[in-house]
Amino acid sequence: MRLFGNRPSRRAASFALGVAAALASVSGASAQTVIKWLHLEANPVNLAVWEEIVAEYEAEHPEIDVQMQFLENEAFKARLPTLLQGNDPPSMFYTWGGGVLLEQSRTGAIRPITEAINANDGEWAKTVSPASIQAMTFNDEVWAAPFQHGVIAFYYNKAMFEEAGVDGEAIDTWDDFLAAVSALKEAGITPIAGGGGEKWPIHFYWSYLAMREAGYDGFQAAKAGEGDGFAGEAFVRASQHMADLGALEPFQEGFLNANWGEAQAAFADGRAAILLGFEGNGSVASQARNGSDGVGQPQENIGRFPFPVIDGAPGLVTDVIGGINGWVVTTAAPPETEEFLKFLTSPDNQRREAAVRATIPTAPAAQDGVSDPIVVMAAEQLAGATWHQNFLDQDLGPNVGRIVNDMSVDLAAGFISPEDAVQQIQDAYSMENM
Amino acid sequence: MSQTSSAIPAPIPSATREFGLTRRQRSRFKAKLPVIVLFLPPSLVLFTLLVIMPMGEAAWYSFYNWNGYSLPTQWVGWRNYEVLFSNGAFRQGLINNGLIILVSVVVQVPLALWLANMVTRHIKGALLFRLIFFLPYVLADVAAGLIWRFVYDGDFGLIAGLFNAFGADAPFLLASRETAMPAILAVITWKYFGFHMMLFIAGLQAIDKSVLEAADIDGATGAQKFMRVTLPLLAPTVKLSLFFALVGSLQFFDMIMPLTGGGPSNSTQTMVTFLYTFGVMRMQVGFGSAVGVVLFIICVTIAFTYKRAVMRND
Repeated sequence: MRLFGNRPSRRAASFALGVAAALASVSGASAQTVIKWLHLEANPVNLAVWEEIVAEYEAEHPEIDVQMQFLENEAFKARLPTLLQGNDPPSMFYTWGGGVLLEQSRTGAIRPITEAINANDGEWAKTVSPASIQAMTFNDEVWAAPFQHGVIAFYYNKAMFEEAGVDGEAIDTWDDFLAAVSALKEAGITPIAGGGGEKWPIHFYWSYLAMREAGYDGFQAAKAGEGDGFAGEAFVRASQHMADLGALEPFQEGFLNANWGEAQAAFADGRAAILLGFEGNGSVASQARNGSDGVGQPQENIGRFPFPVIDGAPGLVTDVIGGINGWVVTTAAPPETEEFLKFLTSPDNQRREAAVRATIPTAPAAQDGVSDPIVVMAAEQLAGATWHQNFLDQDLGPNVGRIVNDMSVDLAAGFISPEDAVQQIQDAYSMENM
Repeated sequence: MSQTSSAIPAPIPSATREFGLTRRQRSRFKAKLPVIVLFLPPSLVLFTLLVIMPMGEAAWYSFYNWNGYSLPTQWVGWRNYEVLFSNGAFRQGLINNGLIILVSVVVQVPLALWLANMVTRHIKGALLFRLIFFLPYVLADVAAGLIWRFVYDGDFGLIAGLFNAFGADAPFLLASRETAMPAILAVITWKYFGFHMMLFIAGLQAIDKSVLEAADIDGATGAQKFMRVTLPLLAPTVKLSLFFALVGSLQFFDMIMPLTGGGPSNSTQTMVTFLYTFGVMRMQVGFGSAVGVVLFIICVTIAFTYKRAVMRND
């Protein structure tokens, strides 16, 4: 006797479907909560630390499955809006804070972690530096869990400086710096490694110059739209300084097409004497990764000095630019995400991260994890900072930020006048804040 | 009115006519109706969903200042278009698109024609050469861009090797506003001439040998044969080739991003790279939509004008 009568195909198919559905629902009931973690880390050594942390967490919480997803820096920035509004958004992703995070917070695609971070009488909040929480706070809500911050400063090749007769420790003012660049050029050494192709490495120069010329108060006033805003006198002067530097032609050949990797390589290979870079750039790990020979510059040969001050301008040498990075939670994320985040950014784990990644953790208790001596110098500079400004191309929002990048490179290459450059920035900024 | 038995059927009274069709036509239509109902909607629906609707939405978005999240709320009217046409980078994009079209028409197609002419002859290795010439086209655009970025590198690339062999310093072609676009045009020619060559090979093979033999008998030289016989017969293929070149040039994007990303100071922007860098990457989707609308209008105008003017009888 045939089980399904004489019409086997249809009934058998529906029976099979029913069984499959039942099985699926059964397995669904015991399915794990998936936390999708979107990051930008390409370095396998750095990734290994996170994978260890994930493995530990999953061992303790078997019902949680953390899936790590990678996107390259620029691809990430471009794809994020689509990802966040698509069917499969990540549960947590990387942020540089600033105006971009602010815009994202207004879209409803992300959720604040204020409650989680303040729970149990601020158990989590107390482990992180207040300044970094403040950086991620907009309208009294905390929008990201900070885990590292940094500072941009000058690194230099001691041997090349000696060859040109420049004393790296004696560069205090912008004029000193220009003199050093000229001396290097005269000695036949390429003074600066620049990433003009990606543009944001060059905007560090303009940002610092703007901060020095305007000072903290002037800068905030410009952001508030007072006076001429970013077209004001101080910013014109800063742009002029940028143009002055560019006029010396201090960058390596082809810098207008060079990306950050190539700029770092130029410094690590000893093809350029100066690099305005991140807190980890002087570390052994970074040099090894960026040098063509797999070693880069030895630690004894790398010197470090903060961005110089400008004579007569209000900016202090302790005003710094640097990133503050955190993890943002999306609205679609499972509620367990905040717990995982708390574990990930705990002081112990930040210490492990710092030791491997050559970054500066935001948890004061984890500072001893910073092992590389040059990174320690950066951490000390950061600890003593009077004003920690986030990267302008993040802080001013995605549109104005990219214009600042464009203008910085155009000024350095001599393609635009200082007045026109600041006017473009101000026009874009005022249009945004209309 | 009753039907007579004559050969010509009496006309159906208008009261019983449907859509002005005869009964026979009506029944034929009814027989075909299932086919029409089954096959027309899928393509109509797809075309509407994937082409018409996005175009309409882009036109709508272009009147807003929108960052791409949820729905647009800030109406700005024509402002995006005003900013667009006064933007130097966009104008540079238009110029660059024109340059690409020019190079395609003046360099790429004649080159492809010349090579096609050579490889259709029965010479040794003709097949091998066809393969070699077509290979660049097979490469993905982005991969080609990355490869050529390395080739053009003045420190480590092929260019560097070449110049250093003569003891000279290699120029950084992609880092200079004057040389970046010509360098990119060279890559474009390298990439796409194979495709046009293949079209011409097919066209040449379709030419009747007897016509060429007749020209031989009449004492025509090689050049005369080409100009008077081959080329006119190849005209439809050439027109098609130019059409592909035209439409492709207007949408050029993939290779520029890895090579220069828009170039030193926007000197290598095209309309689509401009749309991407100034629209999508800056979370200014309304502005990007305006660029898209302008690009669409330009493409449609050129395509239809070309079709009517040049490909009228094809």
